[in-house]
Amino acid sequence: MMFVPGNNPAMMQDAFIYGPDSIMLDLEDSVTMAEKDAARLLVHNALKTIDYGDTEMVVRINPLNTPYGKKDIEAVVKAGVHVIRMPKTETAEEVIEVEREIEKVEKELGCVGRTLIMAAIESTLGVVNAYAIATASKRMMGIALGAEDYCANLKTQRSPEGTELLMARQTIVVAARAAGIDALDTVYSNLNDMETFRREVELIKQLGFDGKSIINPRQIEVVNEVFTPKQKDIDKALTIIAAIKEAEKKGSGVIAVNGKMVDRPVVIRAERTIHMAIASGILKEEEVL
Amino acid sequence: MEMKDAFAGTLESGDILIQISPTEKQGVEIELQSSVAYQFGEQIKKVIRETLDGLGIDKALVRATDKGALDCTIRARVTAAAVRATGKDVWHE
Repeated sequence: MMFVPGNNPAMMQDAFIYGPDSIMLDLEDSVTMAEKDAARLLVHNALKTIDYGDTEMVVRINPLNTPYGKKDIEAVVKAGVHVIRMPKTETAEEVIEVEREIEKVEKELGCVGRTLIMAAIESTLGVVNAYAIATASKRMMGIALGAEDYCANLKTQRSPEGTELLMARQTIVVAARAAGIDALDTVYSNLNDMETFRREVELIKQLGFDGKSIINPRQIEVVNEVFTPKQKDIDKALTIIAAIKEAEKKGSGVIAVNGKMVDRPVVIRAERTIHMAIASGILKEEEVL
Repeated sequence: MEMKDAFAGTLESGDILIQISPTEKQGVEIELQSSVAYQFGEQIKKVIRETLDGLGIDKALVRATDKGALDCTIRARVTAAAVRATGKDVWHE
């Protein structure tokens, strides 16, 4: 998910050229208070006009306890945004309140249920309430960590190893998995240190995250490299899926591949590898069926 | 419609700076500066006029400095300047 300031027309029109899976147009921290009105109009008009292809379009709105939040929701829902990202989410009630505002606009348009919600968790209270937030609405599609505010709240700062974020990251992944939604990791802001960035992406993939937030197109390649399954893993997954299909035909419950028993968790991992390979463009769906 | 002087936009590439001012003359008068005025000047003016028309503004002086803005950016900047000039928002209060 690539963050793009909502008051920069050039970046907004070019962002999709770099091929991120999703683009988050920002109306919150990257826009000054004096420009909130203009950014909202820019984002509204860009969403209505620019063809972003298959890219998932997300807008980070201002909180509802500011003078901007409700207008942001009206503007982006009317423009057909896929996902509204709530900043600094701390309780399930905040999600319900945003859902209520979305529904008001959707009723006016006759498209109730169209807009999904992602909540950014950026405080200790948010982490404590992660599962309640993740399950607060059927519109919830993901929760994301916002590490800068979280670290300030925790009274520490970010380290290259990310030790201080470990509990928050694991809590968010566990809550997202239990709720059946996506978990997205925080941004890494030092564009001059791609090695630490790569290590961080490898760490969050290992922890179970579905993706990484990025602030520059240069970071896309690293994220894609880390998240794209290796050819040997894809081959192994295809063998397992083929063996399972064969066993199902024969009515056999238990199978072995290369002398090793294949049980349910192995199949789930194989299916996820195939899914990632298809999403990465390495495999085509018809090659698997 | 009551209005005061107001700006929106920037002089960055891909943007347009719009200044809307009250005028004694009838109609919308547009002064456009753009490096692509020869190719797109009429289209830019058309988008400005249509946007103001949609907002019910039929009397104003518009100074536009274009830096290669798309139509959607022109619409957004004209609307922002008009909202600031008239104090009348396009969203529910």
